[in-house]
This record gives sequence, C-alpha cells and structure tokens, in this order.
Amino acid sequence: MVAESSTKLISVTLRVWRQAGPNQAGRFVEYKAKNCNPNMSFLEMLDVVNDELVSKGEEPIAFAHDCREGICGTCSLVIDGKPHGPHRGIASCQTYMRSFEDGAVITVEPFRAKPFPVVKDLITDRSAFDKIQQAGGFISIRTGAAPDANSIPVPKENADLAMDAAACIGCGACVAACKNASAMLFVSAKVSQLSLMPQGQPERDTRVLNMVAKMDELGFGNCTNQYECSAACPKLISHDFIARMNKDYLAASFRSAFRVKSNAASGAAG
Amino acid sequence: MTLIGNLFRSSIGRKFLMAISGLVLVGFVVGHLVGNLQIFAHPDKINGYAHFLQGLGPALWAVRIGLLLCVVIHIWAAVALTIENRKARGPEAYGVHKWLQAAWASRYMRMTGVVVLAFILYHLAHFTVGTAQVQSFKTQLPEYHMTADFQLLGFPIVSKGTEVHDVYSMMFLGFANPVVSIFYIIAIALLTVHLLHGIDSMFQTIGWRNRNWAGALRKLTALFCLLYLAGNVAIPGAILTGLVKPADGTAAQTTLHAQR
Repeated sequence: MVAESSTKLISVTLRVWRQAGPNQAGRFVEYKAKNCNPNMSFLEMLDVVNDELVSKGEEPIAFAHDCREGICGTCSLVIDGKPHGPHRGIASCQTYMRSFEDGAVITVEPFRAKPFPVVKDLITDRSAFDKIQQAGGFISIRTGAAPDANSIPVPKENADLAMDAAACIGCGACVAACKNASAMLFVSAKVSQLSLMPQGQPERDTRVLNMVAKMDELGFGNCTNQYECSAACPKLISHDFIARMNKDYLAASFRSAFRVKSNAASGAAG
Repeated sequence: MTLIGNLFRSSIGRKFLMAISGLVLVGFVVGHLVGNLQIFAHPDKINGYAHFLQGLGPALWAVRIGLLLCVVIHIWAAVALTIENRKARGPEAYGVHKWLQAAWASRYMRMTGVVVLAFILYHLAHFTVGTAQVQSFKTQLPEYHMTADFQLLGFPIVSKGTEVHDVYSMMFLGFANPVVSIFYIIAIALLTVHLLHGIDSMFQTIGWRNRNWAGALRKLTALFCLLYLAGNVAIPGAILTGLVKPADGTAAQTTLHAQR
C-alpha cells in the first residue's frame, strides 16, 4: 500500500551554491525542480535538474556522489543547514523527496571548512581526512595468509564497540556540522576502532599522538563539546569516542614523556 | 612533541588545561561560597574567618597567585582556541545555520565568561581592594570586637576580644544597595550557566564521560549548579529584601537603622 503523500508529485525551489572553481567567488542561484516523484532520492532530483540545465546549454550543478546506498561517504551536501539533510543517521543519497513539503525552498551548500576547500559548486576536497589516516590510522603488521579465526581473543564488548567506531564512512559531515569545523569525531572513530583491539595496542600511543597532531596541523577547529557532529553523522558515531580519544591522547602524552628508549634503537653507543 | 608542547600547543592539550584550570576555579568558588554563608551566623563567625584568612600572609598570596594563574590559563586557552575555531570554518559562512543538539548553555560560553570576568574585577574592587563602595569598606568601618573564640575544625584561631575588620557589616551595607545586589545576582546566574556547560565539558575532556555515565553526570552537574546558585543568591537576596537583618550592635545595624 502506498500512501497518497508518497505518490503525489511535488515541486520545490532550490537555492544552490554555485562556484566555478577553487578560490573563486560563489553565490546562491535558484532553480525550480518541478513535479518530482516523492520517492526519488535528493541526488536523483539533482540529476533531473542537471538534465534540464544541460538541455538548455547551461553548466550542470557539480556534486559528489558514488555508491548512492549510504556506505561510501562520497555525498556531502548541506541541506537546509544540516549536513546530509533533515534525517538522523541518513546520508544525502538516501534522503528522499518525500521528506520535503510541496513548494518548499531548499538551500543546498557545500561542506564548509578551511581544510575542505571547495573544488566546484557543491564538491569539496576532503583529502585532509586521508592525510590524518596516513598519519597513523593503521596497524603495521606482516601480511600473509589469513590467520586462524579467533587465534587472538577479543572481548565481545570491545569488538562491538570497535565495530561502532568502524562504521565511520569518512564523509566529513561531523566537520561540516561542527561550528568550529573540528574533525574530532572522525579522528576519534579512527583512533578508537584500533585502540579497542589487541592488534592496535603496539602503536596505540604513537597513533593517537600523530593523528591528533596532523588534525591540528591541517587547520581543523577544536571541540567545544556541543555534539553537533554526532547529531549530523549519517552513521550515528557516538561522541563517546571523543572522550575516549581525549583520555588516550592525554595518557599517551604523559606516558611518552616518561618512556625510556633503548640506546641501541636511538643509535647511541651503549 | 614534548609533554609541555602537547599540553600548550595541541587542541586536546589546551582543552585539558582549560578543564583543569576550570576545575581549580570551581573548587575555589565552592569554598568561597561556604565561607560567605557564615554571614547568616553570628558576626563572630565570618569576621573571625576573614581575620584568619588575612593572617595567612604568604600562604594567602600563594593561593591568590595560583588562582590568578588558573584564570590566565583559562582565558588564554579560550581565546587561542576560539581564534583557531573561527579560522577553521574557512572563508565562507553557511547560508543557513541550524543547531542540532548543542546544549543551550554551550552557545553562550563566551558571553557568560566575559560577564563573569567583569564581575570578578568588580568583586575584587568591592570587597578586596575597596575602591567600589569606599564608605562601607572594612577598613573604613569601626573595628569589630570578637565576643567569643573563633574556631576552625576545632582549633582556636581568633581569641575573644580581638579587634578585627568588620566584614559582616561591610557585606550587609554593600548588599543593601539594590544595584550592587542585582548585579551580583545576574553575574552569579550567568556563572551558573557557564558552569553548567563547563563542568559537563570537563568530564568529556578528561575522558570520564560515556553513555553509561552521561545522564548521571549531567544531573549531578545540574544539581551542583542549582545548589551553587541558591547559596549565592541567598546572600544578596536575603539582605536586599530584609529577610535577614544585621545582628544587634554591629556597625551595619546602626547605619541601616539610621537610614530608615
């Protein structure tokens, strides 16, 4: 059974941020999206608007998208002041037109953060997240044949919690939602998914120190504990992970200050 | 980076300094309130207590310098982090801004912080240095004669008959002024709002907050803030409304009686 509200065609007005390229002035431009099927996704609606623009010989609206099933983290719109649109735990690609009223005016903007410069229109360069990952978001192990299952015991609670953190798709909505453009929710998820597991222990301290240092260096802001990040996260990553990272970082800072290093390792004579 | 570098230069390190300096200051305001609530007891209590504090000499200055250091670190961290936060948004602001779940107290931290700073400066001028209400400052009032020994934790501190500053009368005369009292009440209310988000944030910054404890910590913080507010409003409130009258024979009683 399909309710009438989900079959009635709707028309909306879009206020879309148009910017020809990096470091160029941008502005909001209005477009009409007429007679949209309410069951089309927000991105499909943009596809239809773009088809019309192309047929009129105008430049289509550039927006990032890939899997369109909420798992790749590529889509990145701020819709009416909230990253990924009105719903909790949903990415832009799984936001549907039935979430909007007929005749609504919808503002669509790119994620705004200094470390995420606008490339074009609604597309931002989020490679800053890759740089943070490269600073320590991994474990250094010898790869080879798959190890026997359960050869390393992991408490179920830790495995579940690590999996919650690992649900992060790295889309950057946390940064976009934070009034300080802080990346702490992302970094804390990437730190915690490994610090909760036995395989993550050898590099636990250096990982959190290096990833936080990289995050700071890239110009992300600082957390003011308002938790806008977790409210905007399409995977509902908890800001509990930020508390966990804070504790890990402080403990690692104190531990590294008092750690004795081997003379041989530092190259000095015994 | 070294430990000191991590604490003073990194994002989390400066948040930690902010939390710890804030914690020290929370400890101070609680002790300060408990000391001040002695205004509702016999004048011997608060006057003896004030005499004891003044007599601490170098220890008093050590505490004052420690507190000043905490205030400086707290403000420095706030300013440094805020400047970075403004820059982090980038060149363009959002066309539409919407709050998602930020606690309302968290949205006014800078405003409440600045008013509290102004209040601290006035409070020092009022009751410590004596430049705000000169006529009723403790050094201008007749000395108070202790009618009994003042004891702290069972130890006799100030003996009966000692002449001490009349802090009791200074407070009564100061808060008899409605403008002063109302400013105190507003400033304390804003400090309470500041603490509401500040204390909750401290638990997050040092890593004690998690979903099992979040509710309990928030309720404990709110209860603490409510008690703190009630205690602080009681002093100027009771004096201004006349619910509590100065004790017989004190300078405050004679002065306020003569004015009526």
